[in-house]
Amino acid sequence: MSTRSGRVPRGRARRRVGTVVRLIAALILAGGLYAAFAPGVYAEEDPQLSQAAKDGKAIFDNTCVSCHGRNAQGVTDRGPSLIGVGSASVEFQVTSGRMPLARQEAQAERKPPYWSDPEELDQNARLLGQYIQELGGGPQVPDGNLRAEGGNTLARGGELFRVNCSSCHAFSAGGGALSSGKFAPSMAAATDRQIYAAMLSGPQNMPVFGDNQLTPDEKREIITYIQNLKEDKDPGGWGLGRIGPVTEGLAIFVVGVVAVVFAALWIAGKS
Amino acid sequence: MRKRKFDLNALPAAAGNEIDDRLHAATPLRKLMNKVFPDHWSFLLGEVALWSFVILLLTGTFLTLFFDPSMEETVYNGSYTPLRGVSMSRAFASSLDISFDVRGGLFMRQMHHWAALLFVAGIIVHMFRTFFTGAFRKPRELNWIVGLLLFWIAIFEGLFGYSLPDDALSGTGLRIMNAIVLSIPVIGSWIAFAGFGSEFPGTEIIPRFYTLHILLLPALLVGLVTVHLVLLLLQKHAQWPGPGRTNYNVVGERMVPRYASKMGAFFLINFAVIAIMSGLFQINPIWIFGPYKAAVVSAGSQPDWYVMFLDGSARLFPAWEIRAFGYTLPPIFWPAVVLPGILTVLPMIYPFIEARRLKDRRVHNLLQRPRDVPNRTALGVMAIAFYVVLVLSGGNDIIADQFSISLNATTWAGRIGLLLGPPIAYWVTYRICLGLQQHDREVLVHGVETGIIRRLPDGRFMEVHQPLGPTDEHGHGQLEYAGWAVPKKMNRLGALVPTVKGFFFPVERPSRTPIGNGGRPVSTGPQGQRELEEAERPR
Repeated sequence: MSTRSGRVPRGRARRRVGTVVRLIAALILAGGLYAAFAPGVYAEEDPQLSQAAKDGKAIFDNTCVSCHGRNAQGVTDRGPSLIGVGSASVEFQVTSGRMPLARQEAQAERKPPYWSDPEELDQNARLLGQYIQELGGGPQVPDGNLRAEGGNTLARGGELFRVNCSSCHAFSAGGGALSSGKFAPSMAAATDRQIYAAMLSGPQNMPVFGDNQLTPDEKREIITYIQNLKEDKDPGGWGLGRIGPVTEGLAIFVVGVVAVVFAALWIAGKS
Repeated sequence: MRKRKFDLNALPAAAGNEIDDRLHAATPLRKLMNKVFPDHWSFLLGEVALWSFVILLLTGTFLTLFFDPSMEETVYNGSYTPLRGVSMSRAFASSLDISFDVRGGLFMRQMHHWAALLFVAGIIVHMFRTFFTGAFRKPRELNWIVGLLLFWIAIFEGLFGYSLPDDALSGTGLRIMNAIVLSIPVIGSWIAFAGFGSEFPGTEIIPRFYTLHILLLPALLVGLVTVHLVLLLLQKHAQWPGPGRTNYNVVGERMVPRYASKMGAFFLINFAVIAIMSGLFQINPIWIFGPYKAAVVSAGSQPDWYVMFLDGSARLFPAWEIRAFGYTLPPIFWPAVVLPGILTVLPMIYPFIEARRLKDRRVHNLLQRPRDVPNRTALGVMAIAFYVVLVLSGGNDIIADQFSISLNATTWAGRIGLLLGPPIAYWVTYRICLGLQQHDREVLVHGVETGIIRRLPDGRFMEVHQPLGPTDEHGHGQLEYAGWAVPKKMNRLGALVPTVKGFFFPVERPSRTPIGNGGRPVSTGPQGQRELEEAERPR
């Protein structure tokens, strides 16, 4: 270009130089403005966290950092980044004992949580959640009552449950198998907040049921139905684990056939 | 006026005379009442199915009084709160009403369902007995075929029955059934549309199933059961070999009073078992499943156990789709249409295959012990192994979930097990049969182990054996194997007095025919000495 500049008219070359200068000036201005007004997250050593999030970070740096890395940005082959997962995910994973993970396998299992005292567990889970929330945002479980009230709550919750949840968790909410060792867990021990958090965050293989798919009211109805289903007594006797035809078939052989065969042995022996 | 004396003792005879004067029933009834049935516990297994069927008819009649086989949409407004306000078919609503609002309705529903499970289980157990003892041989091939027809009709009767409530679980099964019918080449879609009256699910299928379930198939079952029993009476019951029993007689108890009272008692026991199970164990909780909606497919959806083998074969079979000449043959066709087709035909022609293979044209009224026909027994166990792998695979997601195994692993275990299990079962069974045969012969030749250890002068220890019959000069028993149980314990010979009373088995009395030295253990005598000398020889 420069070799050709001598041949082209002067006014055109000056215009070109002027364009370059203006572009550089604009870039400097934009960069300078950004540097002046953008949040200092990336520049400062210590992000601006609330006191709760700072407490959460302290817990995080003790118990979670080995897998999820500094500032929850993840460690390759060990733990994913938690930026943007939201406090819902943290609360679900921590209060159900799935995190800290015991070992890497197809799926994290529910187990006794890290803090055995329920109040301590709840408080620490919320602090951790606050930290992750402030790091990158994400879904949050609302406070307060997560059950729905009203006449047809159970019926509507049941319909939503059967359409949305039963294909993995089964009619009875007892869980079911997925491929390659993965599974939909039983909801026997799940609390209201855990179910709500699971729907919002979609842990492991579960899809996310965002508020535009299931409104908060619908989520509350589903929770009400599930908790009612678990408390509901089986009117027909022992429910055989509510597993269905498999345990019923087992029962007819283990109890029914054995009983009648023994009866046959007994009655044929009487002469 | 002379008071007429009422003689209570003469009443039955007098009443009988009055009836006979009008109906001429004495001769045929006497024949029937004197009909002799051989007594063995395994002959009662068919009655499990028979009495379950009677209970099915009784409870089913009760259920028809309240069930409405209609697919018309309605809004439930009954007692079960979690479904109140839900729109559903009238079939499902009336099933809920039977469960929650009809007095005793839930118990009746559960009795009907448990009895159905026991019905098919009874048929299968009875079929095993018939197969393994060779009771299907000439002249009973026809009754074997009738029994197999009963088995398949019972499966369809059950399938239609549990589809009737129109709940989400059975609706899922119905969807699969629809898919299986559609997979039949050329005619599949025509049959499916003819059956369902429209695209799945339509509004016709429940009323049609209702007609089949409460009218056509029960009539067919009653008819075939009658044929089954009449053939049994005509051909007489096969019996085990034993003292005084030949191919041309029947040794046992007369129908009245002994056998009839046993049958009556056995019916009541069956009734009690089903009633107790229905009272204690919940079955098919349709209120949890909810009404059928095409979008609702639950995890862990299985058919009842007697259809589970087809579900298993469908789960195990690889997804091989064949496309040729513009047609598609879906993979479901092989495990769900071809396999049951083979399973229907093969057992039906088995009696003829076996007769042809053995060139056996004789009439057989004596049963065979399974160990004496190792080939047939092994084939039967092979078939059972095949069937059991299929049934377990039908519930492999439940097994995977409950025992924390990968679902893929259970599927592959089923595939490998289906190919390897049956041959292994055949070989193991064959060897066990031969071993049992050998032990029978050994006891016949060398006698029963007495448990008495004697020390020989040279310091060796020997167990004294009790011969079962006369012995030859070497101390070997001369009894031939008679096709029946060889006593292998001293108390079976009456050596222990008083004889041990069994709870399940009749009291064993020493045989009246003189065997050996009169049933006493060997004492020191020339014969005992021979036995000892015999024992020195290496076997």
